[in-house]
Amino acid sequence: MQREALRVLASEPVGPYRLLRLARGRLDPGMPGQFFMLSPPGHLLPRPMSLCLAPPRELVFLIDPVGKGTRALAEAEPGETMTVLGPLGNGYCLRVEKPLLVGGGIGVAPFPYLSHALGEPPALLGFRTAHHAAAAALVPNAEVVLDPTLVTDVMPSDYDVFACGPEPMLWAVARRAPDAQLAWEAPMACGFGACYGCAVEIGGELRRLCVEGPILELKASRWRKVRRREAA
Amino acid sequence: MILNASGCLDALAAPDVARRLDAFVTKTVTPLPREGNAPVRIAETDAGMLNSIGLANPGIDRFLAATLPRLAELAIRLWVSVGGFATDDYADLCRRLDERDEVQVIELNLSCPNVEGPEETVVDIVTAARASTGKPLFAKLSAAVPDVAATATAAAEAGADGLSLVNTIRGLALDERTLAPTLATATGGYSGPALRPIALAAVFAAYRATGLPIVGMGGVETGRHALELIAAGASACALGTVLFADPRAPGRVRTELAAESRTHGFETPLAARGASHTIVSSLLSDKTKKPAIASEM
Ligand SMILES: Cc1cc2nc3c(=O)[nH]c(=O)nc-3n(C[C@H](O)[C@H](O)[C@H](O)COP(=O)(O)OP(=O)(O)OC[C@H]3O[C@@H](n4cnc5c(N)ncnc54)[C@H](O)[C@@H]3O)c2cc1C
Ligand SMILES: Cc1cc2nc3c(=O)[nH]c(=O)nc-3n(C[C@H](O)[C@H](O)[C@H](O)COP(=O)(O)O)c2cc1C
Ligand code: FES
Repeated sequence: MQREALRVLASEPVGPYRLLRLARGRLDPGMPGQFFMLSPPGHLLPRPMSLCLAPPRELVFLIDPVGKGTRALAEAEPGETMTVLGPLGNGYCLRVEKPLLVGGGIGVAPFPYLSHALGEPPALLGFRTAHHAAAAALVPNAEVVLDPTLVTDVMPSDYDVFACGPEPMLWAVARRAPDAQLAWEAPMACGFGACYGCAVEIGGELRRLCVEGPILELKASRWRKVRRREAA
Repeated sequence: MILNASGCLDALAAPDVARRLDAFVTKTVTPLPREGNAPVRIAETDAGMLNSIGLANPGIDRFLAATLPRLAELAIRLWVSVGGFATDDYADLCRRLDERDEVQVIELNLSCPNVEGPEETVVDIVTAARASTGKPLFAKLSAAVPDVAATATAAAEAGADGLSLVNTIRGLALDERTLAPTLATATGGYSGPALRPIALAAVFAAYRATGLPIVGMGGVETGRHALELIAAGASACALGTVLFADPRAPGRVRTELAAESRTHGFETPLAARGASHTIVSSLLSDKTKKPAIASEM
């Protein structure tokens, strides 16, 4: 767990989102699906963000400005510094046969980095509007569907699914692909197991998502922690 | 002495953070396991945050069997925070912990909503706990009582060896768009910078009233904040909310505190203990004299 004040290199609009480029410093980019806690200037608590891209000497995040904290992150100006802690959480297990990335909205955030690590597999991305779908350009081999079509309406079977998106989408994906690896979300104050704020139901109990996840599988209607098989 | 505030660090999840403390304080342990409240359980607010974790903990049986041995492996001083819903709960918890050499201090969380109450309640609980253990007992009090000095005195007379001040204060946050309460429980405990003046006042009053060792906490983010609590009467200082944003706060605050103390003419941070009282009394006794800092130190 490393923490460092990183320099903001650029903040670029991508549809309604912002691509925030930070100088990497000494931080490790970690595994796809892991996250970092970014401290928005002027706020007490950091906000969890998945790593979107890891070009040399950079850490890049895709931010949906939905509230006070994410707006402050999106408004950071080049030259400012931002304190970043991570990488945190478990990340996706990459040892699969036939990967398919399935995402919705800001759920595309971890996919550019994940796609690169998996050799650019097919991706299926759903967005509310064509404006939001601008983010699909960050993901190689992406097919886009727009509301009212849902990704689960067109999702092929027999793939090893990596999913990230709003909760109803994750449930729908898990019903169709029971082995899917799902990136779950919860409000987080710390990201390293200190606050117990990020509790979600895992294995029938409320457990800390930042410690057990954020990548979980749904087996027999119960969330299970995804264990990175490489690490075993 | 720098500790963590109960419920604001898991030493097993972040051992490197815990090792930078002079002692690790556990999250409050209750007689039975508690899952805690339904999510959403945290919200950032103006000048602080709300939490409604709801004392999620494994319960005393699993704590003693599984958690405590693992904590002991970290080789740091251990304070165990206990909470209950009746006087007997505290007595039982203290009796169970009394048998364990790994435990240095027991902190009685007397500020959970279900046991919050009049001075008699504090007296009953501390008396029962005192009868159940020979280990040092710190009574953790809320600042949301009519008279902190009276509650502190009651705890001292019932046998508390020290005080922990302060716990969170009830607060409410509403969602930006919907105006519905952000937390699933509606209200939660308010912590962070907004507590600083409240914590200072509580420590100031309790030090005057009891002279007991005091762990001061509430919004501490810097060495200056820690020094102020010490000058108000704290003998140690605990870091809570600040740890979430800055897990390196223990080392940083320690360094800042040492430097800040020297700037104010104190050789060690503890030499500043109670300094604000000395200044106040000299001001009161002779208004023509300039306040002399802490001749008794
Ligand atoms: C592991 C993880 C990775 C994430 N990765 C990204 C990412 O790459 N890009 C991105 O834009 N967002 C990501 N998020 C979501 C992001 O952290 C939240 O949107 C952000 O914390 C909201 O903060 P705020 O102050 O802007 O919003 P607030 O004002 O706090 O809340 C705005 C709205 O969002 C809801 N909300 C608050 N926190 C969360 C949360 N953590 N998850 C879901 N809903 C929340 C609130 O209930 C409210 O309705 C991630 C979340 C997690 C847990
Ligand atoms: C997320 C969270 C969980 C807490 N859990 C406990 C607890 O289990 N027992 C307890 O006595 N205090 C608990 N507290 C209160 C803190 O120990 C501390 O008294 C309070 O937060 C004030 O300090 P701070 O402003 O530095 O956070 C908790 C506080 C927070 C923010
Ligand atoms: S975010 Fe604090 S415990 Fe998970």
